[in-house]
Amino acid sequence: MSDAIVIGAARKARRRKMAAKNLGWVLVFLAPSAIPLLMFKIAPMLASAWVSLHEWNMISPMEWVGLGNYANLLTSENTWEVFGHTLLYILGYLPLVYAGGLLIAVALNQKLKARGFLRAAYFVPVVTSWVAVALVWQWLLNPSNGLVNHLLGLVGLPQPGWWTDPFWAIPSVILASAWKDLGFVMVILLAGLQAIPQEVQEAATVDGANPWRSFWHITFPLLSPSTFFVVVISLINGFQVFDQVYVMTGGGPSGASQVAVGRIYDLAFRYGEAGSASALSWILFAIILAVTAVQMYGQKKWVNYA
Amino acid sequence: MPEPSRDISRALGRGLLWAAVALGAALMLFPFLWTVITSITPQGNLSGGPSLIVQDPTLDAYRELFASIPVGRIVVNSFGVAVASTLLQLVTGSMAAYAFSRLAFRGKPFVFGCYLATLMIPLQVLVAPLFIMLTRMHLNDTYFALLAPNIASAFGIFLLKQAIDGVPKELDEAARIDGAGHLRIWGQVVMPLVKPAMAALTVFAFMESWNSFLWPLVVIRSPELMTLPLGLSYLQGQFTTEWNVVMAGSVVSILPIVVVYLFAQKHIIAGMAHTGLK
Repeated sequence: MSDAIVIGAARKARRRKMAAKNLGWVLVFLAPSAIPLLMFKIAPMLASAWVSLHEWNMISPMEWVGLGNYANLLTSENTWEVFGHTLLYILGYLPLVYAGGLLIAVALNQKLKARGFLRAAYFVPVVTSWVAVALVWQWLLNPSNGLVNHLLGLVGLPQPGWWTDPFWAIPSVILASAWKDLGFVMVILLAGLQAIPQEVQEAATVDGANPWRSFWHITFPLLSPSTFFVVVISLINGFQVFDQVYVMTGGGPSGASQVAVGRIYDLAFRYGEAGSASALSWILFAIILAVTAVQMYGQKKWVNYA
Repeated sequence: MPEPSRDISRALGRGLLWAAVALGAALMLFPFLWTVITSITPQGNLSGGPSLIVQDPTLDAYRELFASIPVGRIVVNSFGVAVASTLLQLVTGSMAAYAFSRLAFRGKPFVFGCYLATLMIPLQVLVAPLFIMLTRMHLNDTYFALLAPNIASAFGIFLLKQAIDGVPKELDEAARIDGAGHLRIWGQVVMPLVKPAMAALTVFAFMESWNSFLWPLVVIRSPELMTLPLGLSYLQGQFTTEWNVVMAGSVVSILPIVVVYLFAQKHIIAGMAHTGLK
């Protein structure tokens, strides 16, 4: 018992000594990224926090309003509406893009004919501009003569108004976004699959495990660091969804698909209310930070590191 | 001895899988193909919806594109900034990722949290303060201004940290016993083993810089510093009805990233099949 305590204390002391020795190395390894991030990210972020306490049209001098912008935003129904839309988008987008990306990554990790070409094909939408993608999807989902409604009509299903209908506008954006980002998730998961030693997978096959079981019990848990990355990053980006909404629905019809950053954009560049825009950004920041923190603490439960 | 019926069903399954994946790939390529086709259609119009058949293909749109904006200069600008930012992100990112994965220090979760926090504020509200800051430093309207926000990225650091966390620590220890210091373990042991993640980051970092629009729009005044997205937005203003020219611009902007991807893909795939451990 006391031995254990002594050993524990010695270990602690050694660790402390190690940590002190490490500090120099920590600085060497972190400074090249920390300095530019402090200057070009953190400093403007702090400046925007300062702006959020003012009324400012980006031309005339700032006017101090304290927490006024926050009070206005938090009591405005519009704020809750745009956050609701953003959340709805994430709830649809994340499962769809992850499941799709995983399916494609696993399929294209097999020895298939022309798989190099196929992998590249799935990546092309990631680099295609949203303008071109939005035009195609608006055509595919066109309520009157679009391909999707044509097919739905053939099998006798109802034909929604998609991006022209307040209820279907966000689902339309979700479909197009998941389709476009599939290749992004695929690349991350393919890189993750490559990092799993082949011996591990082969051993399972030799043991006679069926492919489905060996996937769920071996491959999927070993892929968890990549999955974790995809989920965290997709949530951070999902809360800031903007481009696709801007080009596909413009936030419409009548605000039915307006998202948080869309509102921030309008506040800053349409109405010249940089103070409110910054305040709304910091409210958004608080939400993203909380969601990310929960995931960081929760990861011990399910993410396997070597 | 394998039963022949099992072989047949396996081959059949593989064939079906291939067909499904290939069909999906065709759906993926469709908007891009349509972009290319519109760009070679005379006076491209979109009223009839996308068509995959071109009557009288022509390169007029490309001639018009090259005549209306200095494409060469613009591509060189975009390419230079994208390459510089990619290289910088690979170095700064892999070093930071090594620190977060391998060095013990106090407050590590907090510092890592601060890094991630830089991803959580929309760019739309950062451009104004950043612009004012760079103007005070007399650095606006320069190549450096284009590069500044992309020297380091928490996205890349997080991506590489996850990869390094997957490299067995026994390998570092073996190298340390051989007398290697942190710099050598980082450069010669860990880096070669996270090549797939480095290759993936190469693609994403290049793409991020290549496609960035809002920041260059705010910080660049001189036409000779213009980047591709700025040129394309100018086209969209000029040629609202001539979609073939706009789409020709899109093709010119997409192809370089596809090339970068094709180079990187080999490394994303030919990663670490063997770590040397059993």
